[in-house]
Amino acid sequence: MNLWLVLAINSVTLGGLLFLLSAGFSLIFGLMRIPNLMHGSFFMLGAYMGSAFLKQGLGFWPAALASAIGMAVLGGLVERLLLRRLAGQELAQVLLTLGMSFIIADACLMIWTGDPIQPATPPDLRGAVTTAGLVFPIYRIAIVGVAVAMAVALWLLIDRTRIGAMIRAGVDDAPIARVVGIKVSQLFTLVFCLGAALAAFAGVVGSPYLSIYPGLDAEMLPLALIVVILGGAGSLLGALLGSFIIGFLYNFGQALFPDLAYVILFVPMVLVLVLRPQGLFGRAAL
Amino acid sequence: MTIQRRTMLKGLAAAGVAGAAAPFEMAAPALAQGAPFKIGLMTVKTGPLAQGGIQMEQGLLTFLKEKNNTLAGRKVELVVADTGGNPAGAKTKAQELVEREKVNVILGPLAAFELLAITDYILQTKTPLVAVAAAEDVTQRKANPYIIRPTTTSAQCCHVMADYALKELKFRRAATISEDFAFGHEQMGGFQRVFEEGGGKVVKKLWPPLVTPDYTPFIAQIGNVDVVFSGFAGSNPVKFMRAYADLGLHGKTPLMGGWTFLDDALLKSLGDEALGVLSGATYSATYESESNKRFVAAMQKDYSSLPGGYASGMYIGGMCVESALALAGDKSSDGTAFAEVLHKIKMEDTPRGPFTIDHLGNAVGAVFVRRCERKDGQLVNTVIKTYPNVSQFWTYPEDEFLKSPVYTRDFPVSKNLEN
Repeated sequence: MNLWLVLAINSVTLGGLLFLLSAGFSLIFGLMRIPNLMHGSFFMLGAYMGSAFLKQGLGFWPAALASAIGMAVLGGLVERLLLRRLAGQELAQVLLTLGMSFIIADACLMIWTGDPIQPATPPDLRGAVTTAGLVFPIYRIAIVGVAVAMAVALWLLIDRTRIGAMIRAGVDDAPIARVVGIKVSQLFTLVFCLGAALAAFAGVVGSPYLSIYPGLDAEMLPLALIVVILGGAGSLLGALLGSFIIGFLYNFGQALFPDLAYVILFVPMVLVLVLRPQGLFGRAAL
Repeated sequence: MTIQRRTMLKGLAAAGVAGAAAPFEMAAPALAQGAPFKIGLMTVKTGPLAQGGIQMEQGLLTFLKEKNNTLAGRKVELVVADTGGNPAGAKTKAQELVEREKVNVILGPLAAFELLAITDYILQTKTPLVAVAAAEDVTQRKANPYIIRPTTTSAQCCHVMADYALKELKFRRAATISEDFAFGHEQMGGFQRVFEEGGGKVVKKLWPPLVTPDYTPFIAQIGNVDVVFSGFAGSNPVKFMRAYADLGLHGKTPLMGGWTFLDDALLKSLGDEALGVLSGATYSATYESESNKRFVAAMQKDYSSLPGGYASGMYIGGMCVESALALAGDKSSDGTAFAEVLHKIKMEDTPRGPFTIDHLGNAVGAVFVRRCERKDGQLVNTVIKTYPNVSQFWTYPEDEFLKSPVYTRDFPVSKNLEN
């Protein structure tokens, strides 16, 4: 039936976007143990910055890249100047990132006003696939492609490079990594920048269909949280799988049990927390 | 644009004043003649509802600037409070405006749940209030004699749209889709009642949560209907219309909605996906009245934005205060007398045209059916039909209307739903 096919395809595309959003969150959470409540704000601010670059006449993908770079710099500043001072104090970090998310939200409101912005879909990806009476926008399918490419690139980075090995060592056991001479503190900054950049990139990529408006940050943050708790902090494979699971639960849940849509979304998270607190692919804390 | 933030003092001050003895009864007599008449604006300048809230402030500021801060010969002073768009914030700010600032009248707030949170307090403190929030019962089954609403109830425009869909467009099968909260329920209920009593069938009712990042799962369920009627508000219509077009439904199944669905202020955020969409509203930026021409020109000049329902609602709210001031004269500072006069005003030249206030406090005036079109490259809502003198009860007798329950998710009862 038409409806199920649309839902299935849409689940995959939402999963792709969620992966872009939550990969950075997962890395930051896994390595630094910081539950970064600014992540939704990075997503929104990135989307706004992307729209500003687009307005300057930049192409869509260059704008996404520029926004990601800008956010990496901002993320680095936040990490170096603020979070660093609170190393090890989880409650203080949570409060700081929460406070920063409010500041970012109001700053966005001041700069871009409250009017929703909806950037145009990139010209090459406009239009829809029409087969067997089914219409589906090409752009959303392209997002899956981008997400898969990003997943492969991140996997290569984490699994095949020296930096990746250092990050993995840091995720597994930061004190021992320090002992063997890895500069974990520099890694922290690097990973935080990377996470922020990924969120901003996801924001720009998602903006043609999510549109950008005040409150977008608060909508995206819980989704990133669920994905990462489900998949396991610090695990890319976990983030990837978690994204697609949530993509399917979200779409089918909303269609089949609209009243319980959020219950369906959060029940797996609760189950995982109870039965396997480290997440499906995370490692148990040492 | 700058956002002025009021300091933290207010919370402390409100708490302090609340402890002092009977502060507000003193307010009226203490005001000497010639003292400024104080208007408190309750709006939202932070958070997700800020878009409409900022426009409310712009609309009122435009009016006061035009009048040089003098209404009916009396100086007025404006105090702006940011409720943050939630009921608790609305309550705190209402207390602050009444007890510390001792305002003579409150304009706002924006959202229905904010208005519901303060309506008892407004009654207790006898503070006149000119609302934009749509909550039906504030001017119906639980009418508050201190509140008037010169805009529209939730369902007022939707009754009209149902009539138009049936009689002019001959639609018979409709799906409704709106946020799952009171404003959505009341709008869809109004549409369904008139549509089904006139021989149409609402075959599908969809209720996405207020926060829905992607509407695709809902749009995919719409199925075979003549028209989709929607009541989305805030930035949700932008997201919804794009997803609707992305799934190939734009141009295939017509879209109609209430006033927030295609507010004039949203036009600049939209593209071709909005073309042909019909919306019912008590205001149109294209309305040809002297005051509207002045208003639109001033909004374009000062804020480079096209005014929509929120901005015009407060501009008109300001006009209501002016009329009441002229009528009440010396008694303006007495809350009860001023509220009574507010119910008696007859407005002639306003940006929405002439209207009156019924005895329960809601406006009786024109509702416009508008079609979104592109003119000189810009999207505009062109008025295609005007329904004059629409009351909140539509064509039903008042007592009969008030006997049935307020519109909810389950009222009117749906007998024609299909899967």
